Amino acid sequence: MCLGIPGEVTAWIDRDPLFARAMLDFGGIRKECSMVCVPEAEVGDYVIVHAGIAIARLNSEQAAETLAQFSKLPADEEEA
Amino acid sequence: MKYLDEFRNPQHARQLLKAIRQRATRCWRIMDVCGGQTHNLLRNGIEQSLEGVIELIHGPGCPVCVTPAEVIDQAIELAGQPGICLMTFADMLRVPGTKTSLQAARAHGHQVRMSYSPLDAVKYAREHSDVDVVFLAVGFETTAPATALAVKQARQLRLNNFSLLTSHVRVLPAMRQIAFSPECCIDGFLAAGHVCTVTGYAEYAELAQQSGLPILITGFEPLDLLQGIRTAVDLLEQGQIDVINEYSRAVKEEGNPAANQLLTDVFEVVDQSWRGLGVLPASGLGLRKDWEEFDARHRYRLAMNASHSETKCRSGEVLQGRLKPGDCAEFGVRCHPGHPLGAPMVSSEGTCAAYYQYYSLRSDHRSSISE
Ligand code: SF4
Repeated sequence: MCLGIPGEVTAWIDRDPLFARAMLDFGGIRKECSMVCVPEAEVGDYVIVHAGIAIARLNSEQAAETLAQFSKLPADEEEA
Repeated sequence: MKYLDEFRNPQHARQLLKAIRQRATRCWRIMDVCGGQTHNLLRNGIEQSLEGVIELIHGPGCPVCVTPAEVIDQAIELAGQPGICLMTFADMLRVPGTKTSLQAARAHGHQVRMSYSPLDAVKYAREHSDVDVVFLAVGFETTAPATALAVKQARQLRLNNFSLLTSHVRVLPAMRQIAFSPECCIDGFLAAGHVCTVTGYAEYAELAQQSGLPILITGFEPLDLLQGIRTAVDLLEQGQIDVINEYSRAVKEEGNPAANQLLTDVFEVVDQSWRGLGVLPASGLGLRKDWEEFDARHRYRLAMNASHSETKCRSGEVLQGRLKPGDCAEFGVRCHPGHPLGAPMVSSEGTCAAYYQYYSLRSDHRSSISE
């Protein structure tokens, strides 16, 4: 129940403080989720969902920074 | 960016594996706290690829595994009462209580339904006013906000046919228990990234300093896990004790304020019993008095039955990293996913189930990243 994978916000449905919901896309599977804990998320953002509620909005700049670190790894000679 | 394939790049995985192998001068013992991490370390062949280089030890972070058998008993007792429908996560159905499981009770006519979210249980209660819905709510700080939101919705909707049987746990006290145990057998932690999205990690600095164990906040994709291990090895080799956030795309130091607000509105910190570990002080989240009307234990006057059944399951040792599943005499003999003797064999996040699935099939189940 904890393998939270990122879902893309495709449309907001309700902005109520207790019943806020959006439609999310998980690699082709569409599912409605509570957005009460990520009211700042916009359409196109990715969020992490646990037990039906989004608990984190993913930060694309931080993600890019992490990926940039990986591309600085010394090249794998066995690959060449 | 879809936040998936980018963090599964096999070439980068090989480079990270190589960096770990080159850097490690001894076989450091690193504990991943979360069951989702355990599952992914084994499924992606990372643990297998690092055999003899780094020892990965799997911690107590599978919520299904730490829910006490007595709580399952209470759920079964409720599900047997006329008019009550017990709802919970699918994984909970097969977990053995002291005598039987919810799944077996359902086969005997008890009202048990699976639910992906406590919010779905609220919806079900709203649509079935003739049924008393009880949601068995388990999980760490990742799942507790959903429970808190459910009960707030139920109050707003004035539902009088919805209540909660809660058994929520907090990660930090369990990490403390392991770190300060005289039998502590680890050198560092990969902290549970998704729990940290909610709680943040401000409290981890003190734990790291007092215990001398570095803590890496780590995500769940193969590169996240490898990067966490690599940084842990770097710190350990330099004798440095630090808390580093390697999952900055999802985790902020202060966590998620809205989720934390839900938790403080609805829950208070309580002493909590963990399956296999016993009662850990201040390690659980119980409903505040103000929410008593939604507390199934209060509503149905349940007493916590302290009967401890004899069991051959050694989950407590497994959850603290003192026993590898394969060294349990029951592993693969009388205990397997089709017939779990203990909770860690039930959930895909349980250490015993993950070993059963990915170690016994290791040669044909290695993912593309290993070797
Ligand atoms: S193999 Fe089965 S009996 Fe042994 S510790 Fe794991 S769950 Fe318990």
